[in-house]
This record gives sequence, structure tokens and C-alpha cells, in this order.
Amino acid sequence: MFMKTTLAATTAALTIMGTASFAGPQAEVLHYWTSGGEAKSVAVLQKEFADNGGTWTDMPVAGGGGDAAMTALRARVLSGNAPTAVQLKGPAIQEWYEEGVLADISSVAEANGWADVLPANIASHMKCEGTWCAAPVNVHRVDWIWASADILKANGIALPTTWDEFNAAADKLQAAGITPLAHGGQSWQDATVFEAVALGIGGADFYKKAFVELDDATLTSDTMVAVFDQMRKMRGYVDPNFSGRDWNLATAMVMNGEAAFQIMGDWAKGEFMAAGKVPGEDFLCISTPGDGFLYNVDSFAMFDVDGADKKAGQDLLAKLVVGKTFQKTFNLNKGSIPARTDVDLADFDSCAHLSASDMAASNDNGSLLPSYAHGMALRGAQSGAITDVVTAHFNSDMSSADAVAMLSKAIKNSM
Amino acid sequence: MLKWFEKQVPKIVLAPSFIAILLFVYGFIVWTGWVSLTRSRLLPKYDIVGFIQYERLFDSPRWDTAMSNLFIFGVLFIVISMFLGLLIAILLDQKIRVEGVLRTIYLYPMALSLIVTGTAWKWILNPGLGIESVVQGWGFENFKFDWLINPDYAIYTVVIAGVWQASGFVMALFLAGLRSVDDEVIKAARVDGIPTTRIYSAIILPSMAPIFLSAFIVLAHLAIKSFDLVIALTGGGPGYATDLPATYMYALAFSRGDIGQAASSAMVMMMVVFAIVVPYLYSELRAKND
Repeated sequence: MFMKTTLAATTAALTIMGTASFAGPQAEVLHYWTSGGEAKSVAVLQKEFADNGGTWTDMPVAGGGGDAAMTALRARVLSGNAPTAVQLKGPAIQEWYEEGVLADISSVAEANGWADVLPANIASHMKCEGTWCAAPVNVHRVDWIWASADILKANGIALPTTWDEFNAAADKLQAAGITPLAHGGQSWQDATVFEAVALGIGGADFYKKAFVELDDATLTSDTMVAVFDQMRKMRGYVDPNFSGRDWNLATAMVMNGEAAFQIMGDWAKGEFMAAGKVPGEDFLCISTPGDGFLYNVDSFAMFDVDGADKKAGQDLLAKLVVGKTFQKTFNLNKGSIPARTDVDLADFDSCAHLSASDMAASNDNGSLLPSYAHGMALRGAQSGAITDVVTAHFNSDMSSADAVAMLSKAIKNSM
Repeated sequence: MLKWFEKQVPKIVLAPSFIAILLFVYGFIVWTGWVSLTRSRLLPKYDIVGFIQYERLFDSPRWDTAMSNLFIFGVLFIVISMFLGLLIAILLDQKIRVEGVLRTIYLYPMALSLIVTGTAWKWILNPGLGIESVVQGWGFENFKFDWLINPDYAIYTVVIAGVWQASGFVMALFLAGLRSVDDEVIKAARVDGIPTTRIYSAIILPSMAPIFLSAFIVLAHLAIKSFDLVIALTGGGPGYATDLPATYMYALAFSRGDIGQAASSAMVMMMVVFAIVVPYLYSELRAKND
């Protein structure tokens, strides 16, 4: 009897404590920004969150480019204990929404006028069936060429603006004994080059039909054959040792004057900057030939949580993430540009300025497009299927026609 | 009472691990089998839709590559490791000096993690850093050894690294087997003037049949579940030329959010293991019953 009363009393006390302890906004944040520059960037957010009276519980999960974090997320969601916010991007947000575990943060979005300051295409990724469910952090541009200023100068080569010019420049460099293209033979890097080539050769509509709508006629079109033909050329421009090389080692090749170009997203800029190189002097940045802008937007998806303190934390976090201060400091650290278009860019470098003006221009003419290689355009199964074909073609002597047939088959199989 | 308790002790002690294995091994095999019959993507779902995941699996060129790689790797890895292991064991068995030191040297690779083996061989086989560049540096400009980056030969580099790692272990198994053969028989054979090669081929090796079987089983399951060696050595590349079923399953389950497909590939892997282990168990059990 005594035992029972004590138990009841304790339970009651705990319940009271539980409800009474509204200790200000709480947020548990699952992310995989664990490397040097990234960790520094996320610390900015932590500090701002704490300054606004919140308690931040950090849950960094390193490894596998987010794979490990996603595994942790799955376990947390299945056990009914989701984190407040999770670093997620692209269609993965909608995929989680369909599992019925995302929260609605429309009130924050509307109060802060997100719809007016975010480009429409990017905003659409943050919405789940009309309600806001995620907050964008940054915009990485994927279709960049990073070039070694010294090599181009020494060989009298201008920055290429068409793929023919690129091929001509590469042939010239090769004849001079210089590796034209620094590349790492990992499947996602093959895919990064592939999507830049596809956008350049096919144009924005082709890209959208092929890699957003997965239109079979476009996937098997002659233009796609031409894209694979150009990929075969690109294969000839890499050095023989490219297999398995990490992207930052390929960047180092451009930095050290061992190779002329690298096609990589603007995280490569961070490597140049960290080595003390100056954009426009030591290295040059230009978008890959063709019109358009392929974006890779990091964002925080907000998960359904219980408790007023956690909900308050979620709202505060969402507000801060899209706030001007954070968007500026974070992106200065990370090499990307702010997702909102009304941030003062005076402190940013010339490549970021180019990125921002191109983003505005392509937003107006409809060529602001999601990067398929970085999980913005398609779900994992479909983008993985495309990458399998791209990397198989790039690393063998498969003909372009075979690759196109295989592509169409792989997409059907992945459904 | 005490006697009854004493009798039950083994059962009581074994019960927790028995229950744990029942749940965490066999229970989850059943679970995986179930999920493989569903359309699970990001999270497991439980509505059975039939064998669609298996149809997708056998339709996938990447899975074809993974299975044929498993076949090439498995056969070569097992055969070469056994052959080298046996050869070294026989050579060490010739009552030579410093046998202990040599044995340790050969066994040592087994003490390394496969990740270390893979990384070291990645550097050794890299044409720009390793053997090729060294030999070219000696003046043989035309020397080429680029298997690591050649999609048609990359799987053989996995065999090289795997054999390097495992043959010392096989040697230890065989050496123990050689030592356990009855000395009297060998002495009698020698007295009869039978040549050493014949003593090995007609007396010693046949009496070691169980060791061959154990070595085969250990190597076969090492081959089927190989994952870390490929990840460290080639990362599955170039392209997906060195994918094995285990790396395929990992990619589908953890990178692509295609759990149903991953579950079906796991089931196929398990069936391959069964195809090897069941005949072994059968022969073992039959031998005991005789």
C-alpha cells in the first residue's frame, strides 16, 4: 500500500514538473555539418539560438555524406521520438512528409514573409502540400567551372562559354601536356559533370523534362545521345589516375596548376579560399556553358514534436534560419549564397555575386533548376538509377546509344 | 531440488542467448523476408505486394554486376587462398629453422582490419603512386599495371588484397592439420621408401579432408559478406564495376531509401549462403550419425 502511494505521488510530482518546466524554447537538431568550415557555420546558428533564450541540443551525425544521419533519423522516427529539426533537402522532405511526421510552420513563414524573399522554385521545395514544412539555409550552385588562371594565361585560352569552346580549349591543353579536367572518379562526381553537360547541351526545358519529370521520350532523345557523346569526350580529358579521387583533391590539382578546369559545386570555392587563393586572380569561376542555374539547397525540415517548449523552439529556429543575420554569416563561412534574395552581399566575393545575379536572372526566365546529382530533383531510387548509368558509361567504353537505352530501362525499373 | 537445479543450469544459462538469437537473427530474417515482399521505400511498410522487388532486382544491371563479381571474387579468393595457404603450410612443415617467426609473419595480415588492407593496397596498386610508377621509374616506360582503375580488371585487385589477407590464416589451419596427422603412419611410409610427394598426396592430404571443409566454409562466408575491403580498396568503382551484393544492399538501404529492394537483395544473399552451408551441415550431421 505504502509503495503504491509513493509511486502515485512520484508520478504526480513528475507530471507536474513536466508541465511546469517550460524552460524556454527547446530544439534538438540533427545535422551532418561536422567538418571544419561546416561545424563553424552551424555554431553561428547555435549561438544565435542561445542568445534568443533557447536551449539547443546538438545531434551531429558524421559520415557517409548524410547516410549515417538519415539512418539515425529513421531510428528516431520509428521509435516515435523525432528530433525538432533535421538537415534534409529536396524531395526527401516530401518523402518524410508522406510518412506523416513533418510539422506545419506556415505561421512562422507567413509572419516573416518568406514567400516574398525566397525564389519561387526554392520555396516550393520547402512546402508540403501547400503548407511550409522546412526552412532553407543556403543555395549552392552546382554548374560551375573552376579554372586555373595561370594555366589559361600561359596557354592563351579564354574561359569557355560553349561546349565546343570547352572541347577546343581542352584539346589544346592536352596537346600541351596539361590535364584539362580535374575530376574524381566517384559516381556522384560523374553525375555532377553529367548534369552540367546535360543542362548545357539540352537547355533548361530538356533538363526539366528529363531529370524532374522523367519523361521517357526526352530520356531517349537524340539530345540525350549527344549529352553522352560529350561525356565520352570529358572522359578523355581526365588524367589516368582519377579513379576514386576525392573532390577536394581534384580541386587541389587546379590550385597547384596540375589541371586546368574542374566542374564542381561552389563548395570547391571553400577549398581555394582556405588555401588563401583569390578569386579572379589565382582561380577563375564561370558557370558551365549553357543557360541555367542548378541549385543544391540545404534546409532544415521540421518534425512533429510534442510540448510547448519544443514547438516554441521549432518556431524560433525556423525564424532564425531564414533571418538575414544567419543567412549572411552562415553563407560567408560555407561558400554558398543566401537563399533569401534581400541580403546585402557586400562582404561576399565575386563568384558569390555572379551566383546571386545568375540566380535572380534564371529565376525570371524559368531556368532555375534543381540539381539531380545532389538529390534536389528526384527521389533517391530514381536519381541513384540515373547515376548508375552515368557512372557505368563514364567508366567503360559503352556507346551513347546503349547508355540511353539503359537509362530509360533503369528509370522504369526504379519506379 | 538441488540436483534438479544442477540439471537445469545449462538450459538456464543458455536460455537468454537462445532467445536473443531467436529474436535478433531468425526473427529479423523473417522480418527482412516480409519487407522484401512489400513496396517499402524510406521506412518499412507491411502491405505485401508479391515478388515485385525480386523482379526489379533481377532486372537491374548493377545487381548482375554485383552477382558476377561475387562469383569471380568468391571462386578465385577461395581457390587461391587455399592453394597458397596449403603450399606455405607444407613448406613450413619441413622442420625448418625459425618456423615460429615465419609463421607469425604469414599469419600477421589476418590481424589487420580489412579497411587497413584495402587502403594499403589502394596505394600499392594506384598507377600514379604504386607499382606502376615505381617500375616505370626504373626505366621500364611501357610497364602498365592499371587494374585498379580498369573496370574490367578492378575486381581482380580485390582478389589480390583478399588473398593477401586470408592465406596466412588458411596456412595456420592447414599447419595444424598437418601436425595432427599420425606420425607413426608417416614414419612407416618413410621406412617403406615412399617419396615425400606421394606421402603428402596419398596419406596426409586425404586425412585432412575436414580441414579443407572448414577452410572452405570460413573463406566462403568471408567472400559472400565482403564489404569493407571493397569500400576501402575501390569504393565499388570504377563506376560500379567492383560492386558486391553487400555493397549493393548498403547503397539501396542507406543511400537511396529503397528498403524493399535492399531487403530482397539481402534475402538473395542469404539464399546463396544457405546453398553453401546447408550441404556442409548435412554432411557434418550425417558423419556423426554414421
